[in-house]
Amino acid sequence: MASHRDLPAGLVNQLFQNTGSSSFTEFVGSYAPELLPHRETVLATPISDQVPHATTIIAATFAGGVVMAGDRRATSGNVISQRDVEKVYRADDYSCMGIAGTASTGIEMARLYRVELEHYEKLEGRTMSVAGKANRLATMIRGNLGMAMQGLVVVPLFAAYDPDKGEGRIFSYDVAGGPYERERFDAIGSGSIFARGSLKKLYREGASADDMTMTLIQALYDAADDDSATGGPDVTRKIWPIVSVVDADGYRRLTDEQVSGYVERMLEARLISPDGPIAPLR
Amino acid sequence: MSMPFGYASPEQIMRDKADYARKGIARGRSVVVLQYEDGILFVAPNPSRALHKISEIYDRIGFAAVGRYNEFEELRLGGIRYADINGYTYDRSDVTGRGLANLYASNLGRIFTESIKSLEVEVVVAEVGDTPDGDAIYRLTFDGSVFDEHGFAAMGGQAEAVAARLKERYRESMALGEALGVALAALTEPGGERPPVGQLEVAVLDRNREHRKFLRLTGGRLERLLGRSAEQEGAPEKPSAEQPSAEQPSAEQPSAEQPSAEQPKEQASPTPPPTGPDTPPPTGPDGDVDDGSSPL
Repeated sequence: MASHRDLPAGLVNQLFQNTGSSSFTEFVGSYAPELLPHRETVLATPISDQVPHATTIIAATFAGGVVMAGDRRATSGNVISQRDVEKVYRADDYSCMGIAGTASTGIEMARLYRVELEHYEKLEGRTMSVAGKANRLATMIRGNLGMAMQGLVVVPLFAAYDPDKGEGRIFSYDVAGGPYERERFDAIGSGSIFARGSLKKLYREGASADDMTMTLIQALYDAADDDSATGGPDVTRKIWPIVSVVDADGYRRLTDEQVSGYVERMLEARLISPDGPIAPLR
Repeated sequence: MSMPFGYASPEQIMRDKADYARKGIARGRSVVVLQYEDGILFVAPNPSRALHKISEIYDRIGFAAVGRYNEFEELRLGGIRYADINGYTYDRSDVTGRGLANLYASNLGRIFTESIKSLEVEVVVAEVGDTPDGDAIYRLTFDGSVFDEHGFAAMGGQAEAVAARLKERYRESMALGEALGVALAALTEPGGERPPVGQLEVAVLDRNREHRKFLRLTGGRLERLLGRSAEQEGAPEKPSAEQPSAEQPSAEQPSAEQPSAEQPKEQASPTPPPTGPDTPPPTGPDGDVDDGSSPL
């Protein structure tokens, strides 16, 4: 679409009229529907193996916040299509989302979602409630169902700090929508089964952000250990998982130096015990 | 010469519309926008907590307005839609203050010529750059004129007098507290009382912030800043060292009465604002006197 200032003069007025609610998605839908990440055309054959797929994302709450981590691998079938893809996004000051499934659709969705939250905040002069944010994301996933049926599946994981409750919250989705609020932790993507198994044993109630980050690094490693589509830390290329913390101070992404500190400690311990920390039996 | 009943010349119609708009705008209180060392500061006396005069448009762009609330609110919402859709279509860095100012100008101009009643608003679109050179302040009037202001802008209420006081005190790259003090001094009539903290709407576009540069200053943070600026006013002014000692602009000095006192200060903004303090307002603000009761 050209800049709308190039449109005939009358059309500019649409910016000021018939604009409906405070939802950016709704506004784009009426103003420039071709910008939305929906595809009208029906694919002749599913193309799921030919486009890059993002894989494992995990999130867990800690005392006063939530931390989310994602590996860096994108795969197309059996090929590793990218080693340093970023799959955890800042949604707004107090929330973040990770994507698994078709990378391109997921990236577009994350971009639209960020504008959606910010648009509401600016128009209404207040931040959307956490439940409201989770519901908006569900609507966007539902809109993608048609493409999901043809192989372009995308499933997000949403984590936010709830200032009313003073704690982190996690929401997961399926291809048809959601949201499903999760207690404690959740994982999505191809390595999620292994990550969830690992988290189940390593999760500690009321842990600090530091401990929970270490837990997620361990769980991601366990996922990469057993799932070929999940990338482990790439020590030679210095590509580390993305770790984002959301708490009362807002969203912050850990720097590469910070993450490499956690990873090195974890790798050192695994040289002695390759399967990682052992949970007590009773 | 006989005139058909109800005839008015186009000049007369335009003049009447302009007068009407000017009166409406002058009725409210002034809003001040000025550059400080880390970005751009917006200050508006505003007793209302709900109806904002200052707002965020996009990452680097802020908005301030005076006049009728419902009219400039409409402009604000349209501006946010413009910015968000352009940022989503292209990239976040492709949304510029200039583009937004042009959009507003064309809309204001069209409404001014086509509608019976022009919008009774005046708007500032400010954009913060990576360096002070990249900052921009655009002031738009009800007829769609755009003024590219340098350093500071005042609008609404007794805009001419406020701009004159502001020009006298403004220096380049002031600290935030100092800039706030300057803005409040400009907004306060000589001998008048400063508006209380609870009735101030203050926001900044801070170039050092991540992602979104816009930040509202409220509560304790604003009080601390105001305290600091009051200290600077009370103590023999620190910046006086670099000023020729002939005339000190102090808070008590009735500055509006002597706008011709052009001090040879090197801090005086290089380019004077288009609203010269010497020229009286085109139409005297003969609406209600601003007694502070108006929520606008």
